[in-house]
Amino acid sequence: MNAIIKVKNLTRVFDVSKPWLNRVIERLPKSYLTAVSEVDFEIQRNSVYALVGESGSGKSTIGKMVVGLLNASSGAVEVDGIDLSSEQDAEKVDAVRSNIQMIFQDPFASLNPRWKVRDIIAEPVAARGGDTKGLSERLLEQVGLSAADADKYPHEFSGGQRQRICIARSLASEPKIIVCDEPTSALDVSVQSQVLNLMSDLQEDLGLTYLFISHDLTVVQHMADKIGVLYLGRLVEEAPRDVLFSSPKHPYTQMLFDAAPRIDGFGREVEPPKGEIPDAINPPSGCAFHPRCPMATADCSKSRPEMRKIGDTRVACHLAE
Amino acid sequence: MMKLSPLNQRRWQNFRANGRAFWSLVIFSVLFGLSLFAEFLANDKPILVSYRGDLYVPVFQFYPETTFGGDFRTEADYANVEVQCLILSGGLDACFDDPEGMVADIHNDRFQSDGFEKGWMIWPLIPYSFDTLVARDGSAPLPPGEGNILGTDDAKRDVLARIIYGFRLSVIFAIIVTVTSSIIGIIAGAVQGYFGGRVDLLFQRFLEIWGAVPSLYIIIIMFAIFGRGFWILAFLMIVFGWTGLVGLVRAEFLRARNLEYVRAAKALGVSNWTIMFRHMLPNAMVATLTMLPFLVTGVISSLASLDFLGFGLPATMPSLGELVLQGRNNVQAPWLGFSVFATFAIMLTLLIFIFEGVRDAFDPRKTFS
Repeated sequence: MNAIIKVKNLTRVFDVSKPWLNRVIERLPKSYLTAVSEVDFEIQRNSVYALVGESGSGKSTIGKMVVGLLNASSGAVEVDGIDLSSEQDAEKVDAVRSNIQMIFQDPFASLNPRWKVRDIIAEPVAARGGDTKGLSERLLEQVGLSAADADKYPHEFSGGQRQRICIARSLASEPKIIVCDEPTSALDVSVQSQVLNLMSDLQEDLGLTYLFISHDLTVVQHMADKIGVLYLGRLVEEAPRDVLFSSPKHPYTQMLFDAAPRIDGFGREVEPPKGEIPDAINPPSGCAFHPRCPMATADCSKSRPEMRKIGDTRVACHLAE
Repeated sequence: MMKLSPLNQRRWQNFRANGRAFWSLVIFSVLFGLSLFAEFLANDKPILVSYRGDLYVPVFQFYPETTFGGDFRTEADYANVEVQCLILSGGLDACFDDPEGMVADIHNDRFQSDGFEKGWMIWPLIPYSFDTLVARDGSAPLPPGEGNILGTDDAKRDVLARIIYGFRLSVIFAIIVTVTSSIIGIIAGAVQGYFGGRVDLLFQRFLEIWGAVPSLYIIIIMFAIFGRGFWILAFLMIVFGWTGLVGLVRAEFLRARNLEYVRAAKALGVSNWTIMFRHMLPNAMVATLTMLPFLVTGVISSLASLDFLGFGLPATMPSLGELVLQGRNNVQAPWLGFSVFATFAIMLTLLIFIFEGVRDAFDPRKTFS
C-alpha cells in the first residue's frame, strides 16, 4: 500500500477583517480565521478516507485545497508525489489536476441549469480538448441512468438522479481521486443509500480513491476505510474505521458517537453535546476542546496536545490511552 | 434552420402571446426593412431606364449625360426635362428645342420622327433623395402638396425623403453603438465581477473617473480636430457609452461566481474564459437584456440631441435631430415639427413595446395565458 495523497502540515487562514476604513475608524486589529491548522494525513491508494466534524471544523476547506479550489496558507498537498502549490512544471500540475475530481454537496446548485446533461458530463473532458463523442451516454449508463437522458436539462431530474449526474461528470476525465464534499447530505435517506452503494461499486470497479467529507457518522461507517475527526480545523483523532467505532480515544469523538441517533436507541434519552463549537477567530488556548471536554484538567487549557500514536489510532489528547 | 431549445421556444411563445409587443415588432421590422431600401423609395434617379432598347440602372451606376445623347460628361440630371426627353425619344437632338412639348407628345403617342425609339423610366415613389433640391416655386420651407407629401424643409429638400433616410440612419447608428458598447461593457463587467477583489476595486475607480469625463466637450473637441463624421461620432458614443452595462453585468457576475456550479466548473479544471462566457454569461443575460432597450432608445435620443445642438452628424447627412432644429426655427411651418415629432414618437414607442415584450418573455416568473 502506498499513499496517493499526502497532506502535510496543511494550514489555511482566512482574512476576515473589516474593511480598511472601518478598522482605522474603529481602531480594530486585523482578524484572521484559522479554518484549517496543521493537518497531517495520508490517503492510501484505492481506499476511502473520511473526514468528519461539526460545521465549521474545516472539512470542506481541506477538500477544496486538495482539489485546488483554494490555496493553502502553508503546508502542502502532495498528489502522486507532486506538490501542487510549488510544482513549476505546468504540464505535471495539469495532469495531476485532471486526476482529481470533486462531487459537491448540493446537486441542485452544482449543475448549470442552462446546459444539457450531455454537455455537463462531458465538460471536464471538453475543457481539455478531449474527444467527447458518446462519452456522456456511456457514463450515464454506468451511473444507472439511461443514455436518452443526455438530451435533458438538469431540472428534469430528481435530487438522487442529479447527484448521479454529478458523479458521472466527475468520472468523465477518468480520475484516480474523487473528493466527495458531503455528497449525500442534500438527499433523502432512501436515495442516500442508493447513491452511496453506487459510489462504493464505482470505487471497486474503477479503482478509485475517495476523500469523503461528511458530518454523518452512519454514512462514514458505511463508506470509509479510515476516518479522521476534525475539531476547529485540527485533526484530533485518526483511526481505521472499525478501531474508531469500537474504541474512540478522543473525548470529542466519544461525544460525537453519543450524540448520533441510533436505531437501537429508541426512547433513549440522548445527552446533547455540551456547548457550542468555539469561535475560530479566537480559539481557546491549549487543547481547543477543553471548554467542552468532560475530562479536562488544568493542563489541557495550557498546552496543546501533540498527535500521539496509540495502537492503530493517532490521537491528539493528553488523557487518551 | 436553427432549432430553438425548449427554453427559447417557450420564450418565443411568451413573446407571441404578448400581442402589443409582437405587432410592434412586425411594424418596426416592416418600416426598418423598407427604409433599408430607401434608395428605391426616395431617390432623384430612376430605378430603371430603357434607352434605345438597352437597360440602365442609375440607382447603382454612374452614367454621364452623353450616354443618353446629351452634351455633358457629368452625371445625367434625370429630373431635367431635356434629359427625360432624350431618354424617352432615344436621343433626338430635337429635345434641345422644345423638350416639354416632345415629352407630352411622346406620352400621348403622337410623336413621329426619324430615328425615334421610345424609351421609358421607372421612378421611385418619391422622386427626391434626402439632399435633392425640389424645383418648386415659392420660398422654403414649402407646405405639403405638389409632390412633396410632407412639404419641404428650409433648404427646399423633401421632408418625407429626409425622414426615411434619417430613420434608417438613426436605427443603424443605434444598433452599431449599442451592440459594440454592449459587447465591450459585458466583457469589462464580466472580468470585473468574476475576478473581483483588487481588479474590481481598481476598475470601479477607473469607471468613476471615466464617467466624470464631460463627453459633450470631448465630442466637440474631437470634431474640431478630426472633422465631423458618422464613424467618429459612433466611436465617441461607444467610448463614452460602454460603461452603461458594466455595473449590471458586474453585479450579476459577483452573484454568480460563488454559485456551486461555477465552483464545480473550476474544480473540473475549466478555463476562466469558458466559465465566464459559457457558464455565467447565459445566466446573466436576462438582466442584461432588460437594460438594452434603455441603451437603444438612449442612443437614438442622444444622437438626435447632438444633431439638434449642431454637434452631431455632418450637415450632408439626413438627420432627424437637424429636422427638429428646423421645426423650432420655423414655427410658421408646422409640418416640419409635426412630421419629425411623429417619427420619433412612433419609432421610440415601437422599440419600447418590443423590448418590453422581450423582457417579459425572458422573465421566468411571468406566466402567460
